[in-house]
Amino acid sequence: MSAIADAPTAFEVTEPSGRAGLTQAVRAEWTKFWSVRSTAWSLFALVVATLGLGALSTNALAGQRFAEFDPVRRILVGFNFGQFAIGVLGVLFISAEFGTGQIRSTLAALPRRRDVLGAKAIVLGVVSLIVGEVLSFATFFLGDAILSGSRTPVAIGDPGIVRVLVESGVYLALMALIGLGFGAIIRNSAGSISTFAGLVLILTLIIGAMPLAIVNAVSRYLPANIGATVFAVSTPGRLSGTPVFSPIMGLLVLALYALILLASGSYLMTRRDT
Amino acid sequence: MIEARGLTKRFGKVTAVTNLTFDVLPGKVTGFLGPNGSGKSTTMSMIMGLNHPNAGTVTVAGRRYHDLRWPLREVGGLLEARAIHPGRSAYVHLWSLAQYNDIRRSRVDEVLEIVGLTSVAKKRVGKFSLGMGQRLGIAAALLGDPGVILLDEPANGLDPEGIRWMRTLCKSLASEGRTVFISSHLMAEMALTADQLVVIGKGRLIAEMPVGEFVARSSSQNYRVRVGNNAPFVSAAVQAGGEVVNDGDALKVSGLDATALGDLALSLGVAVYELTPLASLEDAFMELTSNSVEYHGAA
Ligand SMILES: Nc1ncnc2c1ncn2[C@@H]1O[C@H](COP(=O)(O)OP(=O)(O)OP(=O)(O)O)[C@@H](O)[C@H]1O
Ligand SMILES: [Mg+2]
Repeated sequence: MSAIADAPTAFEVTEPSGRAGLTQAVRAEWTKFWSVRSTAWSLFALVVATLGLGALSTNALAGQRFAEFDPVRRILVGFNFGQFAIGVLGVLFISAEFGTGQIRSTLAALPRRRDVLGAKAIVLGVVSLIVGEVLSFATFFLGDAILSGSRTPVAIGDPGIVRVLVESGVYLALMALIGLGFGAIIRNSAGSISTFAGLVLILTLIIGAMPLAIVNAVSRYLPANIGATVFAVSTPGRLSGTPVFSPIMGLLVLALYALILLASGSYLMTRRDT
Repeated sequence: MIEARGLTKRFGKVTAVTNLTFDVLPGKVTGFLGPNGSGKSTTMSMIMGLNHPNAGTVTVAGRRYHDLRWPLREVGGLLEARAIHPGRSAYVHLWSLAQYNDIRRSRVDEVLEIVGLTSVAKKRVGKFSLGMGQRLGIAAALLGDPGVILLDEPANGLDPEGIRWMRTLCKSLASEGRTVFISSHLMAEMALTADQLVVIGKGRLIAEMPVGEFVARSSSQNYRVRVGNNAPFVSAAVQAGGEVVNDGDALKVSGLDATALGDLALSLGVAVYELTPLASLEDAFMELTSNSVEYHGAA
């Protein structure tokens, strides 16, 4: 305190050029993704569902007297359950931030909501896609080994098999993104998970109980039915009598769902208080 | 520098903040005072772009928060509500925030060192005590070495040593030319820490001025007095229009100023051992916000 006239010198912040955006957010979200236990638990549940159920179901098939029309459907049966695990992973990736208040730290670090949600979608999408592909091929080879020497042998080189396996991995990645979209919109973990499960499971049951005209018109848009066509080699265009999309069309519909949900989530995050 | 202009925020029917205009200048510690529910946390949230005002604007370093290029390098905030995932370690939490703003990794170790959490850096945040959580929040606020620092009740949960450390930290940050804006309910602490005050009640601005000026506004003049002989002094003081309370250790006198009390003692030939003004920030605060306290305790 030598001279009263000493005005404090203005503090200079050090800033690189450019601005914080998607690139930085992807790095941060990658770190955050792998540093919570729920990630490990969800992935563990996914592995158990796909490989475990696949092995059980295929093992039962191996002892059957008659050849199965589509053994791949049996091998990949666990994917119908695995989609819940990956959906939960997607939901929690954002809903846990709302639930714990972490989102406030996140948005203080990067206030541009679209970049935050976009980075989460990229990290989640890439991880789910890789995990999905690895698991679909691993499940296939496991089933292949179990079936070898049985009446219904399959080989990776059989027509359509590689396509089915690739598409099954893509399906899981899209379901993860749909989960993320619900989490961003609903924010509450339990509510988002219930909604996701409702979309996949309960909605299918409700529609199934409707008059035939409605069933025929709507069934093809249901994720569970899209999954059922994706996780099988034989796609006759009908699933237990009702018309369905081809696997590729089905995946495009799912991608559209994911896009709409994520865009809505991003819009709501920008509009709402945190 | 923080510039709030006509900030208004409604939550349904509740208007939490009404037409609030104030400046927080660099190089000073500015205290943000107001009774419970007066809108301090809401205002801090609006500054950080987490709550959207219904009317008005607030800028930090000349920009809206949303438009800051590297937010953590401009503004560091400690929010009142819990804002950390309990499942991550302190280190990973800070590192992920650093990555959002291209802040070097070694800075994480530095801020952990500053707040004294180095030894528990790898521990899950959920296992932290209230004070440790608060220190982690302060570490996050310092992470980007920002020019503006907002702390919502930073003393919350800190031990006496921690509170003193906090005071020193705020003063040194301000002396480096940074803008320091802190809310608190600890008046004695604020009197020691802050240079400038922004006082609100029921979401409206009550005062924006230096601490000294605010305290001087208080009409209650209280003094703590210890004299050689109580009895004659007390009766003379009461006769002169003062009010005296003997708390056993000392006399608390109001209604007379220091000059009057000193003269009184001299005229009585009573020795004065202590004559301390008690016109405190707390008194001034109570007086000026008494009309805007929403939640009174039953007396
Ligand atoms: N998210 C919210 N939804 C509804 N009302 C809210 C919300 N946040 C704050 N409020 C209301 O706004 C008012 C101001 O609250 P705020 O938390 O900003 O006060 P404060 O000055 O920080 O109080 P304290 O000193 O107790 O921390 C209160 O009436 C509170 O109930
Ligand atoms: Mg508050």
